Amino acid sequence: MTETEVFFQQVIIGLSNGMIIALVALGYTMVYGIVELINFAHGDVFTLGGFLALTIIGALGAAAIIDPSTLGDSSNWMLLVGLVLASGVFCGALNMSIDRVVYKPLRRASKLTQLVAAIGVSFILVNIAQFWGGLPMEVFNDGVSATAPKDFPDVLDWQTNLLGEDSAIALRVEDVAIFAITIPLMVGLTLFVKKTRLGRGMRATAQNPVAARLMGIDTDRVISATFAIGGFLAGAASVMYAVFNNSITYQQMGFRAGMDAFTAAVLGGIGSLPGAMLGGVLIGLIRAMSDQYIETRWTNVVVFGVLILILVFRPSGLLGLKQREKV
Amino acid sequence: MSSAQPLLEVKGIVAGYGSVEVLHQVSLEVREGEIVSLIGGNGAGKSTTLMCTSGVVPLRAGEIWFAGKRIAQAGSGVRADLLVPMGLVQVPEGRRIFPRMTVLENLMMGAYTRNDPAGIAKDLEHVYQLFDILKTRSSQLGGTLSGGEQQMLAIGRAIMSRPRLLMMDEPSMGIAPLLVARIFEAVRELNREGLTILLVEQNARAALKLSKRGYVLETGRVTLSDDADKLLVDPRVREAYLGD
Repeated sequence: MTETEVFFQQVIIGLSNGMIIALVALGYTMVYGIVELINFAHGDVFTLGGFLALTIIGALGAAAIIDPSTLGDSSNWMLLVGLVLASGVFCGALNMSIDRVVYKPLRRASKLTQLVAAIGVSFILVNIAQFWGGLPMEVFNDGVSATAPKDFPDVLDWQTNLLGEDSAIALRVEDVAIFAITIPLMVGLTLFVKKTRLGRGMRATAQNPVAARLMGIDTDRVISATFAIGGFLAGAASVMYAVFNNSITYQQMGFRAGMDAFTAAVLGGIGSLPGAMLGGVLIGLIRAMSDQYIETRWTNVVVFGVLILILVFRPSGLLGLKQREKV
Repeated sequence: MSSAQPLLEVKGIVAGYGSVEVLHQVSLEVREGEIVSLIGGNGAGKSTTLMCTSGVVPLRAGEIWFAGKRIAQAGSGVRADLLVPMGLVQVPEGRRIFPRMTVLENLMMGAYTRNDPAGIAKDLEHVYQLFDILKTRSSQLGGTLSGGEQQMLAIGRAIMSRPRLLMMDEPSMGIAPLLVARIFEAVRELNREGLTILLVEQNARAALKLSKRGYVLETGRVTLSDDADKLLVDPRVREAYLGD
């Protein structure tokens, strides 16, 4: 591989990871935009989406899916879309329930109380994931070690290089799938927020909650919807993450994705939807470049170094200007 | 006094925030077609009275009736979002426009609960007629307007909700005198068209001149209520609120 080829390979990896981070970051930024809460449990909601997807694969019969000869079939695309939808709905409902049960009663409490509650929910979800991984299912190694990373099977063809067998740069079906799933979700979200009645209600609630109520907007419903949508995106992202990395873990997966996504949301300007998308892609690229040109073990340092620099020099983030769209 | 039931009836309401009680016992009524002023100093409870009526601040005692329906009592009330379709609409203090929406988007937020495109289009024309500057600036972000323009936007947005009763909280606050006159003129015009208005103002003279009746609120209690022209010459009002 030439230097240029290495660079472009890292760009592909960075963009793929970045799109996943962006989806998670959208959930952070939407919730912050509307209730000014950093939902530290968001990364763990994401984790549980991966566990649900793996459970479904187990229930459907893992062997049939892992068979390499079926990997190119359209049924596998359908399986992928099905998993994305199932995990999305599950995480959306979970996130909305967490808001109802934990955050809603604390809506008028201090920000610190809410933050501590979010961290508490995070712990609970990590423990649920750990318990889940210990279930006696084949896909969980029959529950032998609850905390061990779980193998996630290849759902799509990962061997064929779409740029041709001779190309040194690899672009796999999996990479394309990430874009094919995440881009429509982001476009859909943007249109939803801009064009629909509920979307307008979300923007109004984010910009001035009291005025929103005086317009006749049921702000409680808007907040619920925001948690549901943020959760849906995290669930969708978790399936793409699992397919891309072939592994899920009860804690590290959500913690890392959560931190990357939180950094991305702050980098882009917390509260800004385009900011979260841009921030996610940038964090993905920064990770990939750091892995290649610095050293893998320094990558977290680099990412958090970026976070600190942003907080010091531009706390409102790249797109977090006053005039920018918030949710 | 006519025998018809008032459009708005506030009966002995008590309300507050946390351990602070702001309204001790407030009663007032607004009849169809009237402009009624609620005047009083800073912290007297004028805005809280409106927020209770809009369902944003809960009551601790008392009742509020609107158009023959009880909309609030101690511990319960009609949700804020259901009062707007009933025609109970507020232009809040400090305008509270949506800064990152365009002027047109802001106006359309007023029509959030409505589902009659033809009527909405007609009301939009009406708003543009009332404040032509809003038409000129329709694609500009709300946050970039001047204070007076934002006030016009907030009033226009409320009209888009098709109110039966329009409650206005300090529409003249922080606005250039020339625009204040323009806004009070608009209030008069809206009333002539049949809109009932409850006007909260610190600018007591201008408000009373516009009104049929008035209430004076002092530290959470109504201390005076009379026809506006009588309040304008009442020595207690003149001394405390008219600067004479």
